[in-house]
Amino acid sequence: MIGLSHYLLVGAALFGLGLFGLLTKRNLIAVLMSIELMLNSVNINLVAFSRFSATDAAAGQVFSLFIIAVAAAEVAVGLALAYAIYRGRDTVSVDEMNWLKW
Amino acid sequence: MWADFSLHHAWLIPLLPALAFAIISFFLLRSPWLAARLAIAAMGTAFLIALGVVWAVGSKGITVEAPFVMKTVWFSMPGLVASMGVLVDPIAAMMLFVVSLISLLVLIYSTGYMTGDPGYARFFAFMSLFAASMLAMVIATNFLQMFVFWELVGLCSYLLIGWYFFKISAREAAKKAFMTTRIGDFGILLGILFLQIAFGTLDFGELAVKVPAYVQQNGVALLTCVALLLFAGPIAKSGQFPLHVWLPDAMEGPTPVSALIHAATMVVAGVYLVARAFAIFSVLPGAMTVIAWLGCFTALFAAAIALTQREIKRILAFSTISQLGYMMLALGVGSLTASMFHLMTHAFFKALLFLGAGSILHALHDKADIFEMGGLRKSMPATCAMMGIAVLAIAGIPPFAGFFSKDEILVAAAHVSTPLYIGASFTAFLTAFYMARLFLVAFFGEENPHNHAHESGLAMLAPMGVLAVFSIIAGIVPFTMGFGDWVRFGPAHHAGIDWGIASASTLIALAGFGLAWAIYGNGARRSDAIVKQVGVLYSLSLNKFYIDEIYQWFNRNIVTGLARVLYWVDLNVVDGIVDGAAQKSGAVGNILRRFQTGQTQHYAALMLMATVMMTLILAITAGAVAGGGKI
Repeated sequence: MIGLSHYLLVGAALFGLGLFGLLTKRNLIAVLMSIELMLNSVNINLVAFSRFSATDAAAGQVFSLFIIAVAAAEVAVGLALAYAIYRGRDTVSVDEMNWLKW
Repeated sequence: MWADFSLHHAWLIPLLPALAFAIISFFLLRSPWLAARLAIAAMGTAFLIALGVVWAVGSKGITVEAPFVMKTVWFSMPGLVASMGVLVDPIAAMMLFVVSLISLLVLIYSTGYMTGDPGYARFFAFMSLFAASMLAMVIATNFLQMFVFWELVGLCSYLLIGWYFFKISAREAAKKAFMTTRIGDFGILLGILFLQIAFGTLDFGELAVKVPAYVQQNGVALLTCVALLLFAGPIAKSGQFPLHVWLPDAMEGPTPVSALIHAATMVVAGVYLVARAFAIFSVLPGAMTVIAWLGCFTALFAAAIALTQREIKRILAFSTISQLGYMMLALGVGSLTASMFHLMTHAFFKALLFLGAGSILHALHDKADIFEMGGLRKSMPATCAMMGIAVLAIAGIPPFAGFFSKDEILVAAAHVSTPLYIGASFTAFLTAFYMARLFLVAFFGEENPHNHAHESGLAMLAPMGVLAVFSIIAGIVPFTMGFGDWVRFGPAHHAGIDWGIASASTLIALAGFGLAWAIYGNGARRSDAIVKQVGVLYSLSLNKFYIDEIYQWFNRNIVTGLARVLYWVDLNVVDGIVDGAAQKSGAVGNILRRFQTGQTQHYAALMLMATVMMTLILAITAGAVAGGGKI
């Protein structure tokens, strides 16, 4: 029988994968994709909690929908930035993007 | 009718010149002709009201015991009610008359003297402000009001000494005057604070009742200290030793300023303050002794300096210091009448002397050395005659004004102490000598061919004429009309001439004249031989007993040395703490900024670590709170 903890485990694994990608990937596009993974792991958690813990309230599912919308907007901005940086600096490597420091 | 109106509107006397000051400063700075007329009109009206007040004092029986008082609350807070008001008694009325008359005459004189000065209108504004402050100080009902206007006259003095501000010496003199008088003002402020704390009032009338009662109960020790603190103000303002140094330098100002402020009115403010607070001083024998001896010493000391000075205004300045010492001496020996009498006569003849000096300086284009003048009696006969009257008056030759007032002081001094009497008499001798020296050297002898002197205009001569008349009659008229019945402290002072002292002082003055004639008469300069014989004394006197040099030495070594030490402390201790704190912050920042790599992923890793750590901490503390439950 598949229960809440299974969903949470999947979510945690997905979050860990995303986090790993966020911290290790050199490509800006890959980093953005990792962030999407992490967001989706959160969505899984929310939906799972909504299904198992508060069955009569749809709040968790509504949250997920919001997060999907926000993530879409975020990725649009992120990709636009990546594109702008690529045009301006001819790179997508996050290692080289350190010009906002002191 | 006029007297009644004047008495109840006495506050108009200072207000009118103050209004003139405001109007000139705001609207008339570019119309000098109008500014001068306005200032004179305001001052003239004030003088008429002052005359009315004097008349009212005479006709309504206002005495020192029953003064006319009008006051209103200025501000109040728990434990302190400060009021402003008008106090008219015979002493104040006499001062109102003298100050407003001389202010008026000097303003008229200034229309001639200041002609062509670029700050003509401003000059009249400042002079009006001075007159307003001085007159308001005279009618003050309490110490606080007096102190406010006391400071205001000090400000006007500063502004007018530094009138020729493009001259370094004038700027320095103005600063010196301000600083030196501040020393005294500090003392007077402390004294006032103490009076307020001890008696809960600063009103002259109430203090006059409370202080003697306090002295009867608690003795004089503490109050003597307070009185000496209060006296510090007069020491500085009235040029008493050792704070007299600013007054000779104050002669850098225009001559009408010297005449009005630094001879006739402001410098006697100190004398007036002691007279006003005489109820306090007179019950403190210690303070009175200090005042008497300091006055006597100052009189002698300044007269000794005046003997050898060469600049005409400097001679007159030291003469002023000396005469102020006389007034203090009279107060110290308990004769308020003699002091106020001398204050009045001195105001007239010293103002006349200064205006005469101004007339000469005007004619000679500011050539101030009397030995370069020579033979001015031919080119300036009117000035010569009036200066002569003033010289006779200050030397104390009967029947001129100075004779009567000086005689009263000598009589009062002789009653108290013989050494004081001898000191005062010797000062009278020196006074006669140096005034005769000034007169003989400047007006007689060979004419200096380089001078093209000419007599001054009517605007300058007319005020001098009025003052000359007063220098003649201001002694005998008040004397015969019972000055001492009105202006007094305690029982009526019935003036009578002590013929022994009077003839002695006249002989002394004539001896001074004779000696001056022997040395400087007929254009002779027999002084050089004498100088050789008493070289040390001569250079002591010429260099003003090196008081300025002593102060400079003190400044340069003690004050500057202390300043150096404090500078070092400031640089190394105070700044050291501040700089150290800044340096340590910088060092910490240098370490911390290594975390700021600009690498987004580093930040993300840090965030992760921080989150993990916070989660751990929360878990552990939550577990501890739960009483060692599961983590």
